Amino acid sequence: MIWETVRLSLRSIRRNVLRSFLTLLGIVIGVAAVIAMLTIGSGTTEKVKADISKLGSNLLVVRSGRPAGPGGPGGLDQVVRPLAEKDLAALVAHLTGARAISPASQKQVRVIFGTESLTSGVTGTDSAYLDARDWKLVSGRPFSDSETRSGTGVCLIGETVRQQFFGAGDPEGEIIRVNRTSCKIIGLLEPKGYTGFGQDQDNVVLMPLHAYQRRIAGNRDIDNIYIAADDRTPTSELQPRVEDILRDARRITPERESDFAIRDMTQIADAMASATTTMTGMLGAVAGVSLLVGGIGIMNIMLVSVTERTREIGIRLAIGAHEKHILIQFLVEATVLSLLGGIIGILIGLALAGLASVTLTIPFVPSPAVILLAVGFSALIGMVFGFFPALRGARLDPIDALRHE
Amino acid sequence: MAAGATLITFDKVWKSYGQGEAKVHALAGVDLAIRRGEFVAIMGPSGSGKSTAMNIIGCLDTPTAGTYSFMGIDAGRLDRNRRAMLRNLYVGFVFQGYNLLARTTAAENVELPLIYRGVATRERRDLAMQALAEVGLVGREHHTPAELSGGQQQRVAIARAIVTRPTLLVADEPTGNLDTARTHEIMELLTRLNTELGLTIAMVTHEADVARYAERTIRFLDGHVASDSKNLEVA
Ligand SMILES: Nc1ncnc2c1ncn2[C@@H]1O[C@H](COP(=O)(O)OP(=O)(O)OP(=O)(O)O)[C@@H](O)[C@H]1O
Ligand SMILES: [Mg+2]
Repeated sequence: MIWETVRLSLRSIRRNVLRSFLTLLGIVIGVAAVIAMLTIGSGTTEKVKADISKLGSNLLVVRSGRPAGPGGPGGLDQVVRPLAEKDLAALVAHLTGARAISPASQKQVRVIFGTESLTSGVTGTDSAYLDARDWKLVSGRPFSDSETRSGTGVCLIGETVRQQFFGAGDPEGEIIRVNRTSCKIIGLLEPKGYTGFGQDQDNVVLMPLHAYQRRIAGNRDIDNIYIAADDRTPTSELQPRVEDILRDARRITPERESDFAIRDMTQIADAMASATTTMTGMLGAVAGVSLLVGGIGIMNIMLVSVTERTREIGIRLAIGAHEKHILIQFLVEATVLSLLGGIIGILIGLALAGLASVTLTIPFVPSPAVILLAVGFSALIGMVFGFFPALRGARLDPIDALRHE
Repeated sequence: MAAGATLITFDKVWKSYGQGEAKVHALAGVDLAIRRGEFVAIMGPSGSGKSTAMNIIGCLDTPTAGTYSFMGIDAGRLDRNRRAMLRNLYVGFVFQGYNLLARTTAAENVELPLIYRGVATRERRDLAMQALAEVGLVGREHHTPAELSGGQQQRVAIARAIVTRPTLLVADEPTGNLDTARTHEIMELLTRLNTELGLTIAMVTHEADVARYAERTIRFLDGHVASDSKNLEVA
C-alpha cells in the first residue's frame, strides 16, 4: 500500500516535471547551500589547522612593538625599538623548555636567474629556523654555523622558486641574484603549498641572517624570533618565561609595558577555527531560511495539486477511500517531492564543495552525518508543509468533490 | 427475477439545503424500499431530487431528517469513514460522466477500489482483468480513458464498480452521455449483471427506453415519490 502510494506520487511528480522542479528549487538551493557551506567550512577548518601546524607546532613568535591591544600592535605613540642580536642571545642563553630558537627577518625581494625573475619572500635566518618551523629539506644541506655567523652568500629555495628558474631540474650549486647580491643555492625546501589565505609558502628564499641584514635590509634588526616549545612544555608556560627574559634583556622597568609582542600560534589556530565555525553557523542560518521558503513552495504547490485533483479525490472517496488514505497519498507526495529536492540539493552541494576544495586547495571532507541530516530534514519539510494541503484534500466532501470541474 | 429481503429503506427522509427563506427541500419526506436483487429505475424532472436520493442510497450523503437504513444498518447516522467502508464493501458507483482517473490505464482504474481494500497486487490484477472481461473489454486493459470511446469508458467504470462484487450498484444517468446504440449495449450489460450476479441496481434515467430495462420505476416530483410501479414488460 505505501509502496503503491510512493509510485503514485512519483508518477504525479513526473507528470508535471517542470512545475515540480520549480517547486523544488527552494529546497534544492537550501540543501545545496547547507551542504556546500558545512563541507567547505569543515574543509577550511582542517586547512587552517594544517596551516598552523605547518607553521610549526607549539610555536611562539616574538616581534617588536606593543602587544596587540586597543591601540593595535606597534602603536604609533612610541618609536618601535626593533629586536636585536642581544635579545636572541639572551633567549638562547636563558630560556628553558624550547626546542629551537631562531631569528627571522623578511622582505619581498626581486630574485633573478638568467633572464627569469620572480618576486619572492626572502628570509634572513639561521640553521635553527628549519627545526623551529618543522620544515625539511628535499635535497642539499642547511646553513652551517660558520655560514650563519659570517653571512656567506648561500641560500635555500622553495619549490615555486625552483620551478620558475629550473623547472624540474636540480638547482643545487646554481647562483641566483637576490637584490643585486649573488647567492649560491645549497638546498631545496620541502613544498608546503598555499595557506588558507592563498599565500604561496613555497615562493621563498632563505639566507643566513647576517647576509640578509648586510646585503638586503641594510640594518641589524631582527623582525621576528621563532621559539618552538619542546614536547614537555606547553606554549602557555613558555610565554611568560620568554617575556621575562626579553624584558630583562631590553631593560624594561616593571612599571612600563613590554615593547614587543609574543604570539602563540596555537591560540591563533583555535581562534581561526572558531571564527570559521561561527561563519559556517551564520551561513547555515541563511540556508535555513531558504529551506523555509522551499517548504512554503511545497505547501503552495500541494494546495494547487489538491485543487486540481479535487475530482480525483472525489472518485477515490466514492470508491471507498478513507480520509487517511487521501491524507497519506498527498503527504507521501509532498515528502517524496521534498526528498527529491533534498537529494538533488545534496548532490549539487557536494559538487560545489568539491569544486571549492580544488580552487581553494582545501581538503574535501563531506560529513555523512550532515548528509543524513539533510535527507531527514528535507523529508521532514515535505511532511510538515504537506500536511495542511493533504488534510484539506482528505476533508473534502465526496459529493462536492465529484461535482468539481 | 425473484426479489429477496429488503436492502434499502427510506423512512420519511428529508434532505434540505440552505437556511430560512432560501431553504430548499431536495427530499421532502421520502418513503421507499428496495429489495436485494431488484433493478430499479428512478425518473423524474430535473431538480426533483433523484441525485440527492441516489447519493443517500450510495452512502455518499446523509439525510437531514428521517432514517436511511442500508442492509439493516442506520447508514444515515454513520461517520464519514464508516460510510466509506460501507461503500468500499457493498456499493459500486457508475456516473454519467464516467469519472475515471485520467492518464491511468483501464486496468489501474478498475484496481482502485481493491487498493483501498488492501488486496495484494497479484490478486488485484487478476480480479481487474476478470471484471474487464465481464464488461467485454479484453485487449483494452492498458488504454487510458483518453484512448477509449465513451461507451468503452463507461464499461471501464462499470468494471470498476463490480470488481469488488458489491451488493448494490448505484448508477446516476449512466447512459446520459451515450448514443442510442451504446446506450442499449450498456443497458444489456447492466441487465446481465443484475440477472447473473444478482446485483441490486438503482439507476437514474431521463429516458423511458432506458427505464424499460428495469423491473420497477420510481418517479420523483419535487422531492416526493410521485409513483412507484412494476414495469410490465422487460425489453
Ligand atoms: N449542494 C446543494 N446545495 C443546495 N442545493 C442543492 C444541492 N444539491 C442539490 N440541491 C438542490 O436540490 C434539488 C434536487 O437536486 P438533485 O440534484 O437531486 O436533482 P435531480 O433530480 O438529480 O436533477 P437532474 O435531473 O437535473 O440531475 C435541486 O433543487 C437542487 O438545486
Ligand atoms: Mg441528477
